[in-house]
Amino acid sequence: MPTREAVLDALSGVRDPELDEPITDLDFVSGLEIEDGAAFVRLRLPTYFCAPNFAYLMVADAKAAVLSVAGIEQASVVLDDHYASDEINTGVNEHRGFDGAFPAQADGDDLEELRTTFRRKSFVSRQEQLCRALLSDEFTTLDLSDMSLEDVPPSRDFETYLERRAELGLDIGPDAPLIVDPDGNRVPEEAVVQHLRFARTVRVSIEGNASLCRGLLATRYGIQDKKEATA
Amino acid sequence: MTVTWLNWGRKGNLLYEKDSEKYFVVDEHMHFWDASPENTTNKYGEGFIKCFYDYHANLSPDEYTWTFEKYRKYTEEDIMHDLFEVGHVDKAILQSTYLTDFYDNGFNTIERNHTLVDKYPDKFLSNFGFDPRNEEKGLEILERDFEKYGSKGVKLYTAEWKGESHGWKLDDPWSLKHLEKCQELGIKNIHVHKGPTIWPLNRDAFDVADVDRTATLFPDLNFVVEHVGLPRLEDFCWIGTQEPNVYGGLAVAMPFIHAKPRYFAQIIGELLYWIGEDRLMFASDYAIWQPKWLVEKFVDFQYPEDPEFDDYAEITTEIKRKILGLNAARLYDIEVPEEMQLATAGSATGQIAADPANPA
Repeated sequence: MPTREAVLDALSGVRDPELDEPITDLDFVSGLEIEDGAAFVRLRLPTYFCAPNFAYLMVADAKAAVLSVAGIEQASVVLDDHYASDEINTGVNEHRGFDGAFPAQADGDDLEELRTTFRRKSFVSRQEQLCRALLSDEFTTLDLSDMSLEDVPPSRDFETYLERRAELGLDIGPDAPLIVDPDGNRVPEEAVVQHLRFARTVRVSIEGNASLCRGLLATRYGIQDKKEATA
Repeated sequence: MTVTWLNWGRKGNLLYEKDSEKYFVVDEHMHFWDASPENTTNKYGEGFIKCFYDYHANLSPDEYTWTFEKYRKYTEEDIMHDLFEVGHVDKAILQSTYLTDFYDNGFNTIERNHTLVDKYPDKFLSNFGFDPRNEEKGLEILERDFEKYGSKGVKLYTAEWKGESHGWKLDDPWSLKHLEKCQELGIKNIHVHKGPTIWPLNRDAFDVADVDRTATLFPDLNFVVEHVGLPRLEDFCWIGTQEPNVYGGLAVAMPFIHAKPRYFAQIIGELLYWIGEDRLMFASDYAIWQPKWLVEKFVDFQYPEDPEFDDYAEITTEIKRKILGLNAARLYDIEVPEEMQLATAGSATGQIAADPANPA
């Protein structure tokens, strides 16, 4: 029988597309029951009016993640306390697609374009985070613009960067340049400083949103904001 | 109670002063809402005010946190006290958010807001809105509202629900027609407030690209992006570098100064870098937050001592004065006390804290 740990581990692979963090770290998973190969998951979000498209993606991704666990044959994922809980839960669990869940409100059946937009932002943000660490580690901007992936010392930031880069389908081979734009084009040496300057704004935005959402969730449910002390 | 209010004229002329520096304060985005149970139409109205309350409770200092009951419907006396008696505000701009699908008589309509302007014309300005989904009829309503209220600005909430529709974009054809009408009437300040829904619902509702396109089409109008584009700060910063007629309202960004001061420092640092000191405006979003502590903390604000903040340009007293009131006064032709004009006479106008890189 699949363990609780195995299912939670699978759920930790699901990220909030806007906040670029696992739904498990964000405390969005509020319940998990497993019985005879069937998993029942409850999710919650920081507000009643969180954007329904991102909410839908998280519920759908959570369902797919749970079903990927060996021994889980059935999965039901339910979003609580959201204005569109009924539409989202029915839409995901009955495989209606986003436009089937929100007829007349969407102009397409999938959310892949939205997902890609936010994967690009995550990539840029993680690149900046890695480069900032490298710059404080004696490397210069000039070094960074010349570096290939094989030149980068191992770190958690680097692993995360490679994951986000791979998600966009970009080259992660050892010879590939470290600093590329979200389309995979190498950023020319003279543009690296400007490129990283804007990337910093993207990172500040994402990290700030995550911090706000953690706080709102804590207030909404009367729970401890796990990261408040370090915010 | 009325007797106390008679003193405001005198008190209101005393500018907020700290360390021998004076500040003229314009609160460019505040509310006089009614979300009482009696006025709440459905579960969406209930959810909306609860969501607003969590923003209030999460980011306010304890001593400024109200009960949910009080928060749903506060009084004229609360506003006058919190803004003008103790809150250091010299002029406040009431923004209208109708939400008539959620609240029987609307959340805060121009009719409700304007009662305060009628009573205290030296304290308040009020903005109405328009809804492009009213099409031709909307243009008539806009003209009628302008004749009646004479506002110099409109507040637009693009996530507003109206029957089956859950939102609209600023560059929708009927929206452009309404903006043409604004230009014709002399309504020059367009406050844009994004929310979680839009048409089509599968797109990012917070995206401000429509503001970018529209600001290009109407170079003589000022577009004030409320809460500086949050949660899309980066998109707002980007369009701010492209469009000289795009401004940032600091509602929702301000309160981080207490609960998440490092994040506030990052946001304000980014904004000053990309947008500059002449296009950012203070707002409390009252009654979500109270201006007293926001103004006091902002006047005292310094970047944390940390390498992360080393390359942000210093926030001088002059910059704080502009953000707290002088920038909004310029947009709304608000008369600034003589002593403040003297205080700013020596500074170059249009000076930017740091030249943004041009990533284009």
